[in-house]
Amino acid sequence: MNAILSLSELAPEVSTGRLDIDRVSIELGSGADRFTALADVSVNIAPGEFVCLLGPSGCGKSTLLGALAGHLTPSRGQLRLDGAPIGGPDPERGLVFQHHTLFPWLSVRDNVAYGLRMRGVGRAERHAQAMTWLKEVGLEGFEHHYPGALSGGMQQRVEIARVLINQPRVLLMDEPFGALDALTRLKMQELLLALWTRRRMTVVFVTHDIDEALFMADRILVMSARPGRVIEEIVVPAGRPRTAEWLTGASFIEHKRHCLALLRDPAVTVPLARLSPINPAADAADPAA
Amino acid sequence: MSTPALPTRALPLLSLIVCVLLWHVASSRHMNLGLVTFQNVPQPLEVVHAAWDLFQSPKLQNHLGASLGRVASGFLVAAALGVGLGLAIGRFRWVRETLMPPLEVARPIPAVAWIPLSILMFPSSEGSMIFITFVGALFPILLNTIHGVHGVDPRLIASARSLGTRRWAIFARVILPAAAPSVLTGLSIGMGTCWFCLVTAEMISGQYGIGYYTWESYTVQNYANIIVGMLLIGFLGMGSSVLLHRAGQALMPWYRPGGRP
Ligand SMILES: Nc1ncnc2c1ncn2[C@@H]1O[C@H](COP(=O)(O)OP(=O)(O)OP(=O)(O)O)[C@@H](O)[C@H]1O
Ligand SMILES: [Mg+2]
Repeated sequence: MNAILSLSELAPEVSTGRLDIDRVSIELGSGADRFTALADVSVNIAPGEFVCLLGPSGCGKSTLLGALAGHLTPSRGQLRLDGAPIGGPDPERGLVFQHHTLFPWLSVRDNVAYGLRMRGVGRAERHAQAMTWLKEVGLEGFEHHYPGALSGGMQQRVEIARVLINQPRVLLMDEPFGALDALTRLKMQELLLALWTRRRMTVVFVTHDIDEALFMADRILVMSARPGRVIEEIVVPAGRPRTAEWLTGASFIEHKRHCLALLRDPAVTVPLARLSPINPAADAADPAA
Repeated sequence: MSTPALPTRALPLLSLIVCVLLWHVASSRHMNLGLVTFQNVPQPLEVVHAAWDLFQSPKLQNHLGASLGRVASGFLVAAALGVGLGLAIGRFRWVRETLMPPLEVARPIPAVAWIPLSILMFPSSEGSMIFITFVGALFPILLNTIHGVHGVDPRLIASARSLGTRRWAIFARVILPAAAPSVLTGLSIGMGTCWFCLVTAEMISGQYGIGYYTWESYTVQNYANIIVGMLLIGFLGMGSSVLLHRAGQALMPWYRPGGRP
């Protein structure tokens, strides 16, 4: 509670971006291999809140995120954004993966402007907005490069700009900095927090890095596997901006120890195959097929 | 270590010169190697003369025009159908399950084996020859396109949908460009088989065309012309490959095979 109050002093109040996850179960696989990846999860996320999903590999974090993005349909329960049921993918719910999904055939600028193009915004306007966003993420001067020529950190910056240009109400991130080196990761975390402070939106951020969760989140949802469920909610009792004092203080260590204990629990960590719930076969996700 | 530092441009040229020299030596001495003999093989100079004659003659235009026209029509139809079908088969299971069985049966049949049937089926020999080139080019293009579609990262499609791409726009915006390198490979292989099939078809039922010219030269025992025809086919095939390669580079500036992705 504390944390959320101190946040609103820093950033503009937002009224959109409320997420209701209402008794959601999701089954994955087909035939005999079908299993419950997510069981009866209920969470309410306030507009503008920064929520981290923390859990061991295979506990269904990506599955929940995929459902929020609209790429997976719950077998039971309902997902709502600002009261309206989530039907399918939409730019109002931006999605960022661990490895960038920039289009290699478009320049950095055209990648960022892609969402506007899909909405029919004119070329001059598109380019102007893309340049603004590239400046925001610190990539001025790289607009004519192809994504393949950028480093991993820069690619994720472009990815974030490409999603945020659509002014999403919700930002969904699946271990977005998981593949970056420690220093780059820290810079990206700070960049994301800075962006989020200026243009408040709801963020659901998947990670298995406890430090990252404690540094970024207002609230941490700890999950466990088979079936995937939320086993604990931790409200991070730290103000914003997060200082070195918080990162080195006794309270941080205390929380970290608690999270570690939760994740170490043998019931929580079951070794599982690492697959992607966002199905490669178009037919499954595509009713037109 | 001790290889002399030849300028890179000189090496291909040198290799060509050596080939011609070997040919010259073998044919001028009428070498007989037992298994193979050069006794009836015309010499390079005779071939140059024959080529000169052909280039002076108005027939060249007819031959070239006929062959190029057939290759172009067969190849373009194969490219349109192969890429279109390949996209649909690669993306939709029901299309795959409907179309793949007959295609799998037709695929191992070499284009040459289609010649008798196509002569029966097409009233004009022109139609049957274009059909043969089409059959030759279709499968490499089709299979490489399917392969390319299967290789598209599903996360790329998920991202595109999350960014507001509509279902059908996904084809043009994501699948086709992502599969483009593979499609280009299919097109180059298809172009090669196109020439191969065309020449075969022309030898059998042509009136004009490089393949016909080559075969006719043999029947009238004008041996130098055979080699002129063969070289023409070689240069035309090479030229069309270069053209495709250039087009690919122009259309896919982001794609550098062997370089960074
Ligand atoms: N396409 C699929 N078919 C079958 N099972 C799948 C598929 N995708 C994921 N799974 C399984 O579903 C479970 C949840 O997967 P999910 O990817 O949501 O986990 P996660 O928490 O994101 O794990 P990680 O931390 O490794 O990314 C895992 O047991 C996984 O093996
Ligand atoms: Mg995951």
